[in-house]
Amino acid sequence: MSNYDIAIIGAGHNGLACAAYLAKAGRKVLVLEANDEVGGLAATREFAPGFRASVAQTLPQLNRGLVDDLNLEKHGFKLALDAMPTVAMAPGKSPISITSGALSGASAEDSAAYPEYRRLLSKFADAINPFWHKRPPMIADGDMGDLATLGKFGWNLRRLGKDDMRELMRMIALPAQDLMDEFFQDDALKAALSWDCNIGSKLAPRSPNNAVLALLLRMSGDLTDGLPLPAGGAGGFTDALAASATSFGAEIRCGAAVEKVLIDDMSVSGVQLSNGEQVQATTVISNADPKTSFLTLLGAQHLDVQFTHRISRLRNQGYVAKLHLALDEIPTFTGLEKPAGRLMLTPSMKYIECAFDDAKYGGYANELPMEVIIPSLVDDSLAPVGKHVLSANIQYAPYAVKGGWDQHREQFLANALATLSQYSPGIESQVSAAELLTPADLEQQFNLAGGHWHHAEFAIDTWWMNRPTYGASQYTTPISGFHLCGAGAHPGGGLMGTCGANAARAILEDR
Amino acid sequence: MPMQTNLQAADTIDHVHEGVIYSPFHRRTSAKNINQQWSVWNGYASTKYYADAHLEYFSTRNTCGVFDVSPMRKYRIKGPDAEAMLNRMVTRDVTSQAVDTVAYNIWCTDAGKLIDDGTLFRVSEDDFWLCAADPNFDWLQLSAVGFPNLEITDISEDLASLALQGPTSCALLKAMGFSGIENATPFSIMRFPFGAGEITISRTGYTGDLGYELWVDPADAELLWDQLFSVGQVYGIQPLGEDSLEMARIEAGFLAPDVDFHGSLHTVDRGHDHSPLELALGWIINFKKGHFSGRAALAKEKAAGKHRRLIKLDIEGNKPAENSILYCDKGCKKTIGYVTSAMWSPVVKANIAYGLVEGQYADGPIWAEIYHQKELRWVRKLAQCTRVTKPFWAPERARQTPPSDC
Ligand SMILES: Cc1cc2nc3c(=O)[nH]c(=O)nc-3n(C[C@H](O)[C@H](O)[C@H](O)COP(=O)(O)OP(=O)(O)OC[C@H]3O[C@@H](n4cnc5c(N)ncnc54)[C@H](O)[C@@H]3O)c2cc1C
Repeated sequence: MSNYDIAIIGAGHNGLACAAYLAKAGRKVLVLEANDEVGGLAATREFAPGFRASVAQTLPQLNRGLVDDLNLEKHGFKLALDAMPTVAMAPGKSPISITSGALSGASAEDSAAYPEYRRLLSKFADAINPFWHKRPPMIADGDMGDLATLGKFGWNLRRLGKDDMRELMRMIALPAQDLMDEFFQDDALKAALSWDCNIGSKLAPRSPNNAVLALLLRMSGDLTDGLPLPAGGAGGFTDALAASATSFGAEIRCGAAVEKVLIDDMSVSGVQLSNGEQVQATTVISNADPKTSFLTLLGAQHLDVQFTHRISRLRNQGYVAKLHLALDEIPTFTGLEKPAGRLMLTPSMKYIECAFDDAKYGGYANELPMEVIIPSLVDDSLAPVGKHVLSANIQYAPYAVKGGWDQHREQFLANALATLSQYSPGIESQVSAAELLTPADLEQQFNLAGGHWHHAEFAIDTWWMNRPTYGASQYTTPISGFHLCGAGAHPGGGLMGTCGANAARAILEDR
Repeated sequence: MPMQTNLQAADTIDHVHEGVIYSPFHRRTSAKNINQQWSVWNGYASTKYYADAHLEYFSTRNTCGVFDVSPMRKYRIKGPDAEAMLNRMVTRDVTSQAVDTVAYNIWCTDAGKLIDDGTLFRVSEDDFWLCAADPNFDWLQLSAVGFPNLEITDISEDLASLALQGPTSCALLKAMGFSGIENATPFSIMRFPFGAGEITISRTGYTGDLGYELWVDPADAELLWDQLFSVGQVYGIQPLGEDSLEMARIEAGFLAPDVDFHGSLHTVDRGHDHSPLELALGWIINFKKGHFSGRAALAKEKAAGKHRRLIKLDIEGNKPAENSILYCDKGCKKTIGYVTSAMWSPVVKANIAYGLVEGQYADGPIWAEIYHQKELRWVRKLAQCTRVTKPFWAPERARQTPPSDC
């Protein structure tokens, strides 16, 4: 039995960030990761001999603050590309390239509308950004820190100016479709821009809920002016996090699955690994998803009835599948000189909505909306010389597909390849290996119940002081010494390390 | 094994029941209910009084009386996770409850507010019955989240049950052939062959006197009733209606839902629900057993010590303090609470009541403002109250094994 101040369950990027901040503050920290490598959904893994990819791969949410605090650049973190353009594609139409500054290839009207769209949304994103990085306030407790956070939130909205504040209040719960229809005309452009509102959630362009807020979260990074692509896949980022945590004195053990959190007299006393080994710690922080953390690792017998019910009701079924293809050569995409950038194979919002309709009832579309990147174009660490990796997010792949994924895997993959070949005729013949990760695979391979991008739906009912639910939303839980630091905590999913950093700060403040 | 709850499937329900439901004893109870005085309990016709509420009440103290408790809601919780699930739901330690015993229990919300009370029967290691005056299926299901290996079944219709209460109850059961029943200790369970099957007898009740509850297959209900009344003739058996039971339970110190407290899931306004600490149920909150739902909130409330208190009052005069407001001064300047139940107690020969008062006034002077009628004319009276800490009615025979005359 070994002794630590703090044991962290999971070396996802949030667990690592949390460990680094706590170790930096002098705590004796042990990180226990079930898998054989660190990084969680961000780990870069070899999926075919010589071909590597990470499930998550771009860094739109990462902030310079974290990179600097943890000296990540010193530990090897670098970008393969500062700002990757997004390319709106539709069969038979010429692509539209989108950067943070401008559109190219779009109509005059859409091009004229784009700067105002960017101005408004960037302004909103900036106003809200500080709150992603703070502990959510609790209403009605009268805590001074909480009141200050709420006050500052109100003030930041007010500071937008009367007109823009009213616009934010009006737009905040709009479905993505309404937002896009207000600004643009081109179907493919609107679909491409709507993607970041809904990706990862059980939402489609016509769904009202948190689409705009999710978009603002996606816009919260400030690393570069565009969409950054890390070198070495997202694993490049998490390896640097692990090196940073280690340099501050944290210990990281892989292949160490935690089976349960040990409780002694209502407080945490440590964890037990699946091999029976026990580790003593007075603070245990879970990077696992909330359902796993509370219902499996802790157990309902330690929790109140209504709290347990709220946790068990969290919507955590993922709808995104990930596809990795090993390609013999650079594929040709119709209308593009080179398939650089983030290629949005989403001809219209209706196309996305129809795919969602299938998924709602446990099926999936023949023509699948896809977000495609070929990172090996700018990063030769990912594929053998001359060969390439294609990496795609595919919506919608329901976790609970009717009949189970075993019987649908081949068909889904065939649909994805058929969709791809509409844009890149003949691409199938260039594929030497394919890895399809459905939400069920993500669940199994990353110890993530439901295989959800955000660990638990990022929606109005599970946002801010309700993330993952009240009673566990301030990086504290009903169990003294037990904390959450994963994507199921505030602010949510995406590579930014903020759940981990916020949790570390909250734990240090409370001592 | 996924958690299973055995409800009737919606497509097998061909009609919604309208009107009153009859207990398995109805033909017998109705025959004795000479004035046809009924109330409705969980949808069932339940006798208010058969002939005379006072006579019936006296049978619980002098001979024995029978009350039809079949309308009670009864649930069976069975499976490897049953003990852990119940232990986390109720406030007492289920892990140390022996097989074939019964424990009076309560269950609370996360905020430590009382939802309901009831009796928990442990019929085997992994098989329990929970009996409560009101429906609780919903809360059981909610409480079972996270405990997959169990099955919850509403067995209310599968059991016909009678409470047999009073000093001659043991002798009567013995005379009916249930020999050995005299060795049943309070809160224990015994089984005997009966009718086509079995009778379960628990030494439990709601009158505070010697008494038993009898559980049989509804098909054997009338047989049980008939045997009780034929053999029971010489033991002074009487049927009991709700009015007489209400008197007995006040003397015994049992709480009545929707009289002394409102279940937390049914109150609307803040503060209209109750913590068990307020209701003097601290004695069945086991803070040492590990976690249970509401524990943190209750521990906090207990430490603060500022909660209201339900206290027993002996009130001067003989006018029951029903619905009275309580004050800490005779001048009625400061309201400190109200009376939840009150009666003139025939056995104790005292004017007794339960008062729910603000904690800080529980040990000081208490005055009750009583309104009573003299030939239709309303009279107001201020009566001094004395706080009583011992139970009003707790005869030795209720605890003895074997009971003295058995
Ligand atoms: C298909 C897909 C694509 C994505 N793409 C992007 C993207 O391009 N950009 C972006 O910013 N975000 C992306 N995301 C979202 C992002 O990947 C996640 O929100 C983020 O990785 C969550 O990080 P985390 O550290 O909180 O959790 P995770 O990365 O899930 O890490 C949790 C870790 O805990 C470990 N663990 C769990 N249980 C135990 C246990 N009992 N014992 C020991 N260890 C345990 C797991 O093995 C895992 O390593 C994507 C998500 C998906 C599903």
